[in-house]
Amino acid sequence: MTEILAGRLSQPAGRAPGIRGRGGWLRNTGVIIALAVLALILTAALAPQLITTADPDAVAPAEAFQSPSAAHFFGTDESGRDVYTRVVFGAGNSLLIGIAATAVGLGLALILGLLGGLGSRLGDFVSTRIVEVMFALPGLLLALVFIAIAGPGVVTSTVAVGLSTAPGYARIIRSHLRSVRSASYVEAATVLGHSRARIVWQHILPGALSPIFVLGTLGVGQAIVWASSLGFLGLGVAPPAAEWGAMLSSGRTYIDVAWWLTVFPGLAIVATAASFTVLGRALNARTRQEARG
Amino acid sequence: MTVSTDAPAAASVSTPATRLRSLGWIARRVGGGVFVLWAVATVIFFALRLIPGDPVDAVLGGPGSQASAEAVAQIRADYGLDQPLIVQYFLAMGKLAVADFGTSYALKVAVAPYVLTQLWSTLVLTLASLVVAWFGALALTLATSGRGRVARALGSGLELLAAAVPHFWLASLLIILLSNTLHWLPPISVPGPLGLVLPVLTLALPLTGFLGQVMRESLANAYEQPFVLSARARGESEWGVRLRHVLRHAALPGISLSGWAFGSLLSGAVVVETIFARPGLGRTLLSAVTIRDIPVVTAVALLSALTFIIVTIATDVVDRIVDPRVTEVAAR
Repeated sequence: MTEILAGRLSQPAGRAPGIRGRGGWLRNTGVIIALAVLALILTAALAPQLITTADPDAVAPAEAFQSPSAAHFFGTDESGRDVYTRVVFGAGNSLLIGIAATAVGLGLALILGLLGGLGSRLGDFVSTRIVEVMFALPGLLLALVFIAIAGPGVVTSTVAVGLSTAPGYARIIRSHLRSVRSASYVEAATVLGHSRARIVWQHILPGALSPIFVLGTLGVGQAIVWASSLGFLGLGVAPPAAEWGAMLSSGRTYIDVAWWLTVFPGLAIVATAASFTVLGRALNARTRQEARG
Repeated sequence: MTVSTDAPAAASVSTPATRLRSLGWIARRVGGGVFVLWAVATVIFFALRLIPGDPVDAVLGGPGSQASAEAVAQIRADYGLDQPLIVQYFLAMGKLAVADFGTSYALKVAVAPYVLTQLWSTLVLTLASLVVAWFGALALTLATSGRGRVARALGSGLELLAAAVPHFWLASLLIILLSNTLHWLPPISVPGPLGLVLPVLTLALPLTGFLGQVMRESLANAYEQPFVLSARARGESEWGVRLRHVLRHAALPGISLSGWAFGSLLSGAVVVETIFARPGLGRTLLSAVTIRDIPVVTAVALLSALTFIIVTIATDVVDRIVDPRVTEVAAR
């Protein structure tokens, strides 16, 4: 999914809407909202006690299934635990999984992309075929098989998500490396007689790897959505822990009686994912504008 | 993304030479597809053997079975599991090459007909979702692109949110709203068109967001093309410009992304079919991986890969027909 949003990274800079001219303020409003949401979620992840005073695992059977109120903003679940507190404490797990999964995916993609973009003809052939095969398998199939091999759990589902996002990244990195490799300043360095290693280090890599940061920002949101899907299927974080996907999974049982168990953790996922996308696209537009000069 | 970098010859001028080159292009694509299928079969074969536990358990219905040693040995021999791994591999590949998918360990039925019926159910679901998403994205971008600032912000905001919604959450929301509160639609997928509404909406809405985001960008670019200016100069109406001139450009990324979209819909189908208790490839896959039903997983993987390859080639062909410039773009 990320490759669609970032697909134009590797192409020559075209129109970068929103930074200059018509509609710029709207885009900026969006960025400000996104940053505010991310700041809130980051606070929840790093210091949840600042936002809530309750204990996410405090069980109170007498208060089970209370609908949202002043005492419990998001209501209570089947054991009387405060859903708001659990959403706040879930931020850390979900964010960490999203970031780690994106890092795994980008790392894997970097190996494949470098092999394809800078390696020999054979290297390119091999890496392109590997990426093709990974693309042909639905991402969830890759993830499911990997989880079956390694056993369910946080680490496994994180790696699984990374694995299924890697081919998209690899394709973007490869084509970007290739376009930088044929750029005139690289040609100039070749003519000047610089060694191949030096050209790669000094000229190709810095130019080619700049989009990785943008890709990563765009990817974290999607990785969180992916990881929560695995959590929902019961393959991620083990149930008692607060994680958004796992909360949704257990809330599904009570969908007829307690809608709030489903609605609020999902809202947190959507807000996080959308904010990362907005931020990533703004960064992307900015990089392209800088590249254009 | 699906545009082959070495694609020769625009399809616009049909001379014998370009037709020949087009044939060569298709032949290369088909050859590449066969290679991918073989690689998928190989990867899946070895990956499934890495899953801890004994495959015989899948045949006997779980690790807790009290089968005698003779029975286990008999099953091992029946399914060829007593052979060395490399022999098993070549036997399996030989069978797959003639489309023999074997017998399901757990269900004890022939895999091919079983999986094909499941595929049909999933195809109906995914194709319907693709069509809905496609038209939804086209309508949304055409209606909100161009002039109005508020309309544009509303459109791209909707797309952004739609694209960030997890399938399983959307499904739950739709069930809460349309089934439990309004009682319009059944919460599980009953046979017939009515049962298809919620699953299709669940799969289509996030995809609408993705396609819309991409279409919007190419639409914005199309508005700045000279042919739009000349159409306006000829006095064409705003909607005339949109439908007759800009639409084609908005549709292009939608077409070339359909292959990717199809793959992601197959992933989404696992979740959606599980939630709505709808039979299909996704649910079959989930349960087959869980109980380690190797023949079924292999068949599902190969079928998904085959579908993906066919859709990708088809979209590339359509791409070349709709936009003769594809070859130039690809050569860049």
